[in-house]
This record gives sequence, C-alpha cells and structure tokens, in this order.
Amino acid sequence: MISVKNLNKSFNGKPVLKDISVTFETGKTNLIIGRSGSGKTVLLKSIVGLHEVESGEIWFEDTLFNKLHFKDKKKIRSEMGMLFQGSALFDSLTVEQNVRFPLDMFADKSSEEKEERVNFCLKRVNIINANKLYPAELSGGMKKRVAIARAIALNPKYLFCDEPNSGLDPITAILIDELIKELTEEYSMTTIVNTHDMNSVMEIGEKIIFISDGIKNWEGNKDEILTSDCESLNDFVFANALAKKLRSTAN
Amino acid sequence: MIRFLTQFGRYVLLLKKVFSKPEKRVVYYKQTMREFVNLGLTSIGIIAIISFFMGAVITLQTAYNTENPIYPKYLIGLGCRDSMILEFSSTIAALILAGKVGSNIAAEIGTMRVTEQIDALEIMGINSASYLILPKLIATLLFNPILTLIAIIVGIFGGGIAGTLAGVITTENFIYGIQYAFIPYYITYSLIKTVVFAFIITSVSAFQGYYVEGGSLEVGRASTKAVVFSSVLILLFNVILTQLLLS
Repeated sequence: MISVKNLNKSFNGKPVLKDISVTFETGKTNLIIGRSGSGKTVLLKSIVGLHEVESGEIWFEDTLFNKLHFKDKKKIRSEMGMLFQGSALFDSLTVEQNVRFPLDMFADKSSEEKEERVNFCLKRVNIINANKLYPAELSGGMKKRVAIARAIALNPKYLFCDEPNSGLDPITAILIDELIKELTEEYSMTTIVNTHDMNSVMEIGEKIIFISDGIKNWEGNKDEILTSDCESLNDFVFANALAKKLRSTAN
Repeated sequence: MIRFLTQFGRYVLLLKKVFSKPEKRVVYYKQTMREFVNLGLTSIGIIAIISFFMGAVITLQTAYNTENPIYPKYLIGLGCRDSMILEFSSTIAALILAGKVGSNIAAEIGTMRVTEQIDALEIMGINSASYLILPKLIATLLFNPILTLIAIIVGIFGGGIAGTLAGVITTENFIYGIQYAFIPYYITYSLIKTVVFAFIITSVSAFQGYYVEGGSLEVGRASTKAVVFSSVLILLFNVILTQLLLS
C-alpha cells in the first residue's frame, strides 16, 4: 500500500500539486487521470522520488519514503518497477540486456538463473525472438512490453506506469492494459497508472483519482465514474463526441 | 557571478556523486571497457591523421623559416619534436578530443536525460551519475595519455616523411635532430597536461549533458556548450600548468 498525505509540489514558485492525499491499494490497478498538464506525471514522479516535494508525506507501507536518505531509499527502490511514457529502454543495450540490467545490478543469481529469468519475463510479455534486437529496431508496442519485462524482472512490489498507452494503436493499447492488470493480480503488486485514455479507465480502473490543476477533484472506481456529479470530471470523461452521444442516448 | 557560482556548485556536487562507491564493480568494469572502445580506440584514427599532417606542416614551416646557413639543418627535426611533445600532442590533441569526445559524451548523456533513461536508472536505485560518468572518466584518464604518445610518434614520423620528400632535410639530419638535446621531462609534462585535459573534457561535457532539460534542441545546445567550455578551460589550464611545470 502507498499513502500520500498533503503533498505539495511547485516549480519556480508555481504550484503544480496542491495538498494531495490519497491511498493506493495493494493488488489493485490504481489510476491517476486528468488532462495533459494537470500534474499526473509530477505526482507519479514525486511518489517514486524523482521529484523532491515541498511538503507532505509519501508512505510505502509503514516507511516514510520521502524523508529517507538516498542510500536508504535503495531498498524500497529495488522493490519498484516503472514503465515510462517513452519506454526509456537503454539504447546501447539489446532487449535481453535491458531486461537483464536490474538483475546484473541487484540480483544475487548465477548467469544461467539470470538468463532464465530474462527469458521468463520476455515470454510473459509475449516478446519472442527479439532478444538480440536493439530498442531502435522495435515497434512502440514492443518497446512498452520490453519495458514492462524490465520493470518486473526483480519481482517488484510496486509498479508505476506513466501513460502506458501513449502513441499506441487502440488494439495494442488494450493488450498493454490487460498485461498490466494481469501482472498486478499475479504478483499482488500495488500498481499506479497515469493515463488520460478513457478506454484504460473503463478496462482496468479499480481505483481512480481525478486530478485537475494539481488538485484531487474526485476519487472512485470505474463503475462510479459515469454517474459522478463532479463537473470537471464529467467534462473530462465525456469530452469526445462518441461519449457525448452515448450520454445523451442514455439520458 | 551568482549564476557562475551556482553552476560551479552543481558541478562539484555532481563530481561528489560520480566518485561515490559503485553499486556493482563487475558492471562498472564492463562499462569502463565499453568506454575504452567508444572514447579511446575510436579516437586513434583522427588523432593519427591530424598528428601526421601537423608534424609534416611543422617540419616544412620550420625548414622555410630557418633557411639561413648559420642554422644547422638538424634544428628542423628538433623543432618538430619539441612542438609535437610540448604543445601539439597534449593541447591541440585535447582541443580536437574536446570536439569529438566532449560532444559525444554531452549528446549521449543529454539524450539519456530527455528520454528518461537516467530516471529509469534512478528508479532502480542506481547512482546514475556514477554509473554513467565514472567509467568515461576512467577510460579517458587512462587512454588519453596513450593517444598523446601516439600523436607524438606519428607527428614526428609525419615530419620526417614530409621533410625528406620535400627535400628540405635528409633523414640522417632529421633523426639526429629529434635525438639532439632531448629532455625526457617534456614527455612527463605533456602526459600530466593530457590527464588534466582528459578530466576537463569528460567532466565538463558530462555535466552539460547530465543537467539538460527539454528536448533535442537543448541536447544540441549542451553539446555545443560542452565543446566551448572544455576548450576554454583547456586553454586556461594550459597556461597555468605550463607556468607550474616548466617555470
């Protein structure tokens, strides 16, 4: 479980996150949704410690993460996996080397065991016969799946995904969503996904928070989101023409 | 002034991170071997070509400026040798490497920053500054002196070939000249300068790349800044080291 309490963050004096408090539950796919520039990525990067926050608390189980020293954060960080918006695969390494990288750095395993784990992770995300390819030779969807394989290589307790569907076609996007949900349940991870894709929200949103202008405006699940009376949330959810049409038909 | 002090402070803090204890020595060792190839071996060609022609030009210019019969011919070989050892092999080669290696380092690390690869390392609990910069520093600090020695040898060889082919000096005179009044300390002086310049090129370029914010345009700017700042610092430290080591 990850808890965020009264989190505030600003850049050059401009507030980006304003007094955010939320709890992300274990074994569930937790979604942070909102418009572009609403502060989703800043919130996610603050939680994982890539941004220093001005005030507030970030708890991983019973550890106050944001007050730890860099060296003490290592233990919790070794339990984290993250899928970045642009995949962030290391360009100079092959697919196999990318997935093996965290194992080489932190796992106390033999070379054969590491190889076995790499192949298992790649198979788990349906990447076959691509071990020796470089990231530049992969499609967008494959890059995301390799990044997921790298993220789960060390059996993380926490999985963070920043816009996992950006730049993907709808079918590949659904496959990535399903994969994230399956892995969350399989490994009983605490997963936090940043997205503005309503398909993802309806597919995997077990717990959802909606952020607007750095403020948490709404919290609920995918069944509640369509019947909410939060105006800014409705503007976001029913922004596209198809959603508007469906809503007017339902009314 | 405040901006300069802020940047200098960030540079010192980055170096502190770079020199902290590596997470896994084996991985760092492999990374260092890779950097030997990327930053060292691939620079041999350009250093050899430029040194050869610089040696040739130094010899010909010395010959045309010492046509007076009171100057012994072997001075041409001596001039070529000392120019190559004292200035070209360390300073001019460092300026060339600032362009080739410095821009490479800034662009590589800068691209890793803007594509979130550095964030990915941090998330894993890896000291990204140390992992990315320390192997490059070790590789250049150890390999650039080898490049300097190559530059000296190839440059003097180029001078000998050019001098002989142009008919301005005989091979015997040239060989006598490069042996005449040789001061071995000049080699030490040149190697000390090379090590300092290697540190400047690598650390300044890595600093420019590591703190890039934005996109490809900023990465390009960081590469340019890396070359400009490294070159200016090389010239400044060249004066300081010459005064300290030869006075």
